[in-house]
Amino acid sequence: MQFPFLSVIVFIPMVSALVLLLFKPEQKKAIRITALTAALLALALSIWVYFAYDKAAAGYQFIEKYTWMPLMGISLHFGVDGLSVPLVLLTGIVMVTGVMISWGIEDRPREFFAFLFLLASGVFGVFVSLDLFMLFFFYEIAVFPMFLLIVIWGWIKTREYAAMKLTLYLFIGSVISLIGALVMFWTSGAHTFDMLILETVKFSPVFQKIWFLPVFLGFAILGGIFPFHNWSPDGHVAAPTAVSMFHAGVLMKLGAFAALRVGIMLLPEGAKFWSPLIMGLALVNIVYGAFIASVQTDFKYVIGFSSVSHMGLVMMGFATLKPEGLIGAGVQMFSHGVMTALFFAAVGMVYDRAHTRDIPKLGGMIKPLPMVAIGVIIGSLVSMGMPGFSGFVAEFPIFMGIWKTQWMVAVLAAISIVVTASYVLLVVRRVFFGKMPAEFEGHISPINVLDKISLILLMGLMVGIGVFPALMVPWVQSGVQHVLTLLGGV
Amino acid sequence: MEFLSSHLLTLILFFPVLSAVIVFCLPKESLKAIRWTAFSASLVPFILTIILWLQFKSGQPGFQFENQYTWYAALHSTYHVGVDGLSLTMVLLTTLLTPLALLASFNIADRAKAYFMLFLFLETGMLGVFMSLDLLLFFVFWEIGLVPMYFLINQWGSEKGERTIWKGIKVQSRNYASLKFIIYTMAGSLGLLLAIQLLGVLFNTYDLQSLYANWKALEPSSGLLHFFGRVLTVSTVKTIAFWAFVISFAIKVPIWPFHTWLPDAHTEAPTAGSMILAGVLLKLGAYGFLRLVLPLYPMESAKFAGWLAFLAVMAIVFGAFAAFGQKDFKRLVAYSSVNHMGFVVLGIAAAAKAAGTLNATISLNGAVLQMFNHGLSAAGMFFLVGVLYERTHTRNLDDFGGLFPLVPIYGGILIFTSMASLGLPGLNGFVSEFLIVRGSWPVLTVSTALAMLGLLFTGAYILKGIKSVLHGPMNEHWSKGVHKLTEINLREIIVMAPLMILILVIGIFPAWMLDVINKAMMMIYK
Repeated sequence: MQFPFLSVIVFIPMVSALVLLLFKPEQKKAIRITALTAALLALALSIWVYFAYDKAAAGYQFIEKYTWMPLMGISLHFGVDGLSVPLVLLTGIVMVTGVMISWGIEDRPREFFAFLFLLASGVFGVFVSLDLFMLFFFYEIAVFPMFLLIVIWGWIKTREYAAMKLTLYLFIGSVISLIGALVMFWTSGAHTFDMLILETVKFSPVFQKIWFLPVFLGFAILGGIFPFHNWSPDGHVAAPTAVSMFHAGVLMKLGAFAALRVGIMLLPEGAKFWSPLIMGLALVNIVYGAFIASVQTDFKYVIGFSSVSHMGLVMMGFATLKPEGLIGAGVQMFSHGVMTALFFAAVGMVYDRAHTRDIPKLGGMIKPLPMVAIGVIIGSLVSMGMPGFSGFVAEFPIFMGIWKTQWMVAVLAAISIVVTASYVLLVVRRVFFGKMPAEFEGHISPINVLDKISLILLMGLMVGIGVFPALMVPWVQSGVQHVLTLLGGV
Repeated sequence: MEFLSSHLLTLILFFPVLSAVIVFCLPKESLKAIRWTAFSASLVPFILTIILWLQFKSGQPGFQFENQYTWYAALHSTYHVGVDGLSLTMVLLTTLLTPLALLASFNIADRAKAYFMLFLFLETGMLGVFMSLDLLLFFVFWEIGLVPMYFLINQWGSEKGERTIWKGIKVQSRNYASLKFIIYTMAGSLGLLLAIQLLGVLFNTYDLQSLYANWKALEPSSGLLHFFGRVLTVSTVKTIAFWAFVISFAIKVPIWPFHTWLPDAHTEAPTAGSMILAGVLLKLGAYGFLRLVLPLYPMESAKFAGWLAFLAVMAIVFGAFAAFGQKDFKRLVAYSSVNHMGFVVLGIAAAAKAAGTLNATISLNGAVLQMFNHGLSAAGMFFLVGVLYERTHTRNLDDFGGLFPLVPIYGGILIFTSMASLGLPGLNGFVSEFLIVRGSWPVLTVSTALAMLGLLFTGAYILKGIKSVLHGPMNEHWSKGVHKLTEINLREIIVMAPLMILILVIGIFPAWMLDVINKAMMMIYK
């Protein structure tokens, strides 16, 4: 029997969360080192899985199946395909960088890391679950710690409001999806939650058309789809740095990924029927999100709304149901995850030192924080879809997919590129260039080694994939192949 | 050695990136090391380009020195580079001007490392556009070159000057100019981006040569896209795509009325930035016309050639008038670029209208040579303005006057370069402008006649520039004390020397270059 990579990846964070709780709260250093070790271990395993995944063979690999509740047809069934394996890697990366960037947390680090790791376990679990019930199980595990992390460690002004809003939104969404899942369970007659079996069940077209929308949108709420996006900027802003990174970097992908896995892959006929609507909503996301981001004065809100805009591109890619669109969406999930993690990390670093995120009050930060500035500049270039960076590798195929379905949408969506370019360049200039306000002179301490390593890692990924798309695209492509088969070989 | 000679283009293309990495590793304080490393590293692509030029077989049709590797397999886009006579000329111009621009930047002390690195990245971006034989790759390099230029203007541009935008909000001029530059160009490229996507979706390839053939093979009257229940035919779509390409390139050239970013960007950019901006970046637009618009849209180009010629004439005439009206020396030179690039577009328009005839070949020869020539003289002019500005910290023409006796060598060089720009017979500008006018006269007589009026004003503004700076009553402010004007130094003369030599050589003996260009034009646009 093969080494159970996936379950180890899923349970490392959960087990280490428990281990962390065994420490005394004063042993901060030991707690941090344990957390980092666990995160590195999870990352190492996800890198291994990423490169060991056989792209030529495609399909689900590293499959593990343990019976859990045979009465209900539920089993612990793990496996990855080309679409989920980059996301597992992404989660590993965000986990490690999140821990490194939160090194300086002084307020109850033990509980902080424990909750963060519980969240990570949930995220890993969703990406690798092949059982619908387990997917929900891990989905809720991922959402709940978020509430505590924001309420306890968040930004004092809005944390209670934002945490409440976020949790309620996401629970409502998941409840709706859960109802859909239960209906699928009963209707299929297969008496199982196993998605590999559910994929082969041919639900009647009417059933698919009725249930696709609730299932898809229920999950897509977490992906920030318009008009259910407005929990997300509030949530991002209120969360502490590492949580924002997780939240925008990984958690939003959880929504998009589950919407694809459960919505599109299990109910393909419904997806075909509703795709124009999803496209319309995603278009609003893309363009409206970019415009809203451009008028924000809070650095973190800018990033928050830009995430709404970029996640719109993911949804748009899904809605095209075309190979290019799906490939682009797959790469965009990874690219946006890395980019936004870097953005939130950078915002956090600036905020920790300047104690303000108000863009007009900042300036000249490149002098004391050169590495942060370079990181944000590269992130901005990714964000505006500049060729040579991962954003372009993702966005270009999405647009090609749109051309194949409804070309006018491509023309409209392209507006967002210019809007994005103008606001990110303005933000970069206002925060990092120009004259530094006198009050900050001498108060901005340089970032530490761990911060630097995190930034370099994230930057390297964005440039690497941008210059060599072959580092990621073949994986996604092999996963997309399977989706297309389910869609009837479109 | 075998590997090197078979990968000559790839080597030229990425050597600047490699040098940028080397510069990055140097210590921040050792300005001298940074400058000399960057400068000497930039000589390598130039030497390689000379080898390329010597090995290039001008009589052989198609592209030479091709390299092709998988790049983005899922989209069927490859890393495919190669040169023909057209791109070779542009590659030579780029690799020649970059070392000169770096040498001109030796006075940069503020964050020199970042400055030189950006410049080297810029070189790769420009070379990539000229070498790409894959449309997606072309677009990649087309956009990526904007980023270094944006930061060069934004960070090392002139520190003085404010612009009032609406509601009385004031911004620093260089911020205004750099953002205008990048947003204008990016917005202009949107149409190009969408048209490229359309081509990719239609033909599942981005390879230029297959695109030329496939795009031409489409039946003009068959339906292609749906638009609110109506079917758009291939010819309608082609017309829209044609304008998308044209507008994007027209902004870069720039053609009236898309030129307004240029005077701002040029004026605010650091000296070397202006040299490259005028010398090479503007050529990217003209190159786009020659490499993509004419071969992809021969029918549409012929149909709309009159409009293009009209815009070109507007650029020539208004560019000249606007240059004449400037008080700022650098703005004057900036508008002169609009004026000169107008001739390039006029030549292209004539060639599009009379495709395949002798007149077309003549005007194309003129257009390509004019691109090269303008690269030399505009870079020279911007550098000379920079030399003066560095000493006087003003660019206002009214502040100068009668400087010739103080700086005779500088004065001589300025007059020489101005004359090249004016189109004095015996210098390079005359050859190319004559060819363009000769080629387009029988095709677009009225436009050419109007352009000649513009040429008259070219003379007027250049003489005005020389007069206000060098002649007339001497402004005593510069003749003594701390403000005493110093003569052009050796480094600055070395920057100007290659430009002046080429200006003279091409003026007297243009055949060595025209031979390569002419054969290429005959083969590409037969």
